[in-house]
Amino acid sequence: MKVITANRLLDGEVVWLGDGGTWVERVARAAVFDGKDAVAAALQVADQAVADQKIVGPYEMDVTEEDGRLVPVRLRERIRATGPTTHPDLGKQAHPVSI
Amino acid sequence: MYRYDEFDHSFVNQRTEQFKDQVRRRLAGELSEDEFKPLRLMNGLYLQLHAYMLRVAIPYGTLNSRQMRKLAHIARTYDRSYGHFTTRQNIQFNWPKLEDTPAILEELAEVEMHAIQTSGNCIRNVTADHFAGAAADEIADPRPYAEILRQWSSLHPEFSFLPRKFKIAITGAPNDRAAVQVHDIGLQLARNEAGEIGFVVYVGGGLGRTPMIGRKVRDFLPEEDLLAYSEAILRVYNRYGRRDNKYKARIKILVHETGLDELKADIEAEFEKIRHGVLRLPDEEVRRIEAYFAPPPLEVLAPVSDKVEARTAADPAFAQFIAHNLNPHRVPGHTSVTLSMKPIGGIPGDASDVQMDVIADLAATYGHDEIRISHEQNVILPHVKLDDLPALFDRLVAAGIAEGNAGLITDIIACPGMDYCALATARSIPVAQRISDRFGTPDRQAEIGELKIKISGCINACGHHHVGHIGILGLEKKGEEFYQITLGGSANENASIGEIVGRGFSSDDVVDAIETLVDTYLGLRVGREETFLDAYRRVGDAPFKEALYGTGA
Repeated sequence: MKVITANRLLDGEVVWLGDGGTWVERVARAAVFDGKDAVAAALQVADQAVADQKIVGPYEMDVTEEDGRLVPVRLRERIRATGPTTHPDLGKQAHPVSI
Repeated sequence: MYRYDEFDHSFVNQRTEQFKDQVRRRLAGELSEDEFKPLRLMNGLYLQLHAYMLRVAIPYGTLNSRQMRKLAHIARTYDRSYGHFTTRQNIQFNWPKLEDTPAILEELAEVEMHAIQTSGNCIRNVTADHFAGAAADEIADPRPYAEILRQWSSLHPEFSFLPRKFKIAITGAPNDRAAVQVHDIGLQLARNEAGEIGFVVYVGGGLGRTPMIGRKVRDFLPEEDLLAYSEAILRVYNRYGRRDNKYKARIKILVHETGLDELKADIEAEFEKIRHGVLRLPDEEVRRIEAYFAPPPLEVLAPVSDKVEARTAADPAFAQFIAHNLNPHRVPGHTSVTLSMKPIGGIPGDASDVQMDVIADLAATYGHDEIRISHEQNVILPHVKLDDLPALFDRLVAAGIAEGNAGLITDIIACPGMDYCALATARSIPVAQRISDRFGTPDRQAEIGELKIKISGCINACGHHHVGHIGILGLEKKGEEFYQITLGGSANENASIGEIVGRGFSSDDVVDAIETLVDTYLGLRVGREETFLDAYRRVGDAPFKEALYGTGA
């Protein structure tokens, strides 16, 4: 299972490609792509978002399902999806309710 | 300290205006990310894991209270109320918005600061001994030369696109606290028989994936030749440094592949061509810059303070602080004080906006308005009266920066690691925190004595692990964090690169492994005066390997 991630241009916030070409702030809400073709098509959507000054540096990453929620496979991506492990008061983990 | 002249003001303001327009064009879509990225990096703006990161230069680690207050203000206004002091004596803000960065740079320019050349393949912030201008063992203050190098290297058109980044460090004392031998150019001030000032010059030191100790290319470079010789080194590097492979592009590889003698001959040949030209340093210009760094008027006082003695006898925490956090000052009755940015269990190098304001106040009250940032990620008040130490200490305690651990096992250098950095392969800070917690009681730290642990979260070695007495390198192995330990590194005048002791450890096991190494050292040292490094150099790695891995490992 793959999702597409990037950083938002304006503030650098970590985002994932969601449904309908939106960029969401929670990995749990990311759109999942299976198979090379689906991922390639999603990366094309991302490239357009780069051209439109929405995001920078998109790439694909692996996710898995835990308790019915999408979570990144790699530790690096888990940290990106939550915030610094040394600062629970900062990053996405500090704002559990926002999109 | 140095004050900007009209030229400095105009070039920093000009650059701020340029960047403001570049951000505007980026947000308007006139610049693509590929076009914009090198421009933002030239102004210290990175994109890290969670957000942008702005690295602000603190030239040779020197700043005043007004500048520190401005950094506090920026942390509070544009960031998340803290900053992080780095191993290049700079400060990083971890959460700025792209659209705010032009305003941040304008605010910095108001206090004669900027973020130019804190990234990119150019000459980076020149670092210096953090006790410069104060230390008793100093031959001369290295900062005037660092400032001269700053002026020469700032926006130097010929050296804006070097094969790779280029780092210069300078120390004015024979005891090297600036790690000059692990820099692209390392300068150590010296006096010749005639009493004239010059420099021992090292070239080709560095850490990263290929650590090397610099090679000496000059025993005594006369003061007047500082810029011409530096330019000659840079020209040779710029011409022959490898641009085909990023990992082989630093000057250390050129030194290694070309051979010292040939490279030295190239440098000397280039130097001969330019030594009598415009780069020759006129004596009056050096003295003019030197005047900016004139020491504050300090009264010669009794070398022992009754106030300090009385408090030391009554207060163990104060006694611990006095034992470890002072550096001898050239003027009797004074000292340089290290404010520990390494609270037990805390994050090495982080300072809150409130702490920055306190530091600024204390510098103004007790320290002649001078502040230094050390490459070991601490803050120094270089000129403090001994009699003021009890009052200063009380204020430090209240601010949470009074740990008496300078140079001890909990005074750890750690890079930001995978909690922030896009390049990291493992976390650094949590390992530092756990080691700090494990060894953090005053008695235990004092018993262990001087021991420098340095932690990097990837092979690029921003945490200087190669020159840690104990170095820890975080890697990724099969999706897990994994830590390799090196022993015997040192960044002082007897610099050495640490040796890998054996197979690495999981995150769960690495702190136990450090404790095993420390216990082994305590068991074999000949006395308290034999430091970990001395003991390691005496006995080699065998007892440590045996303790970690058992027989036959």
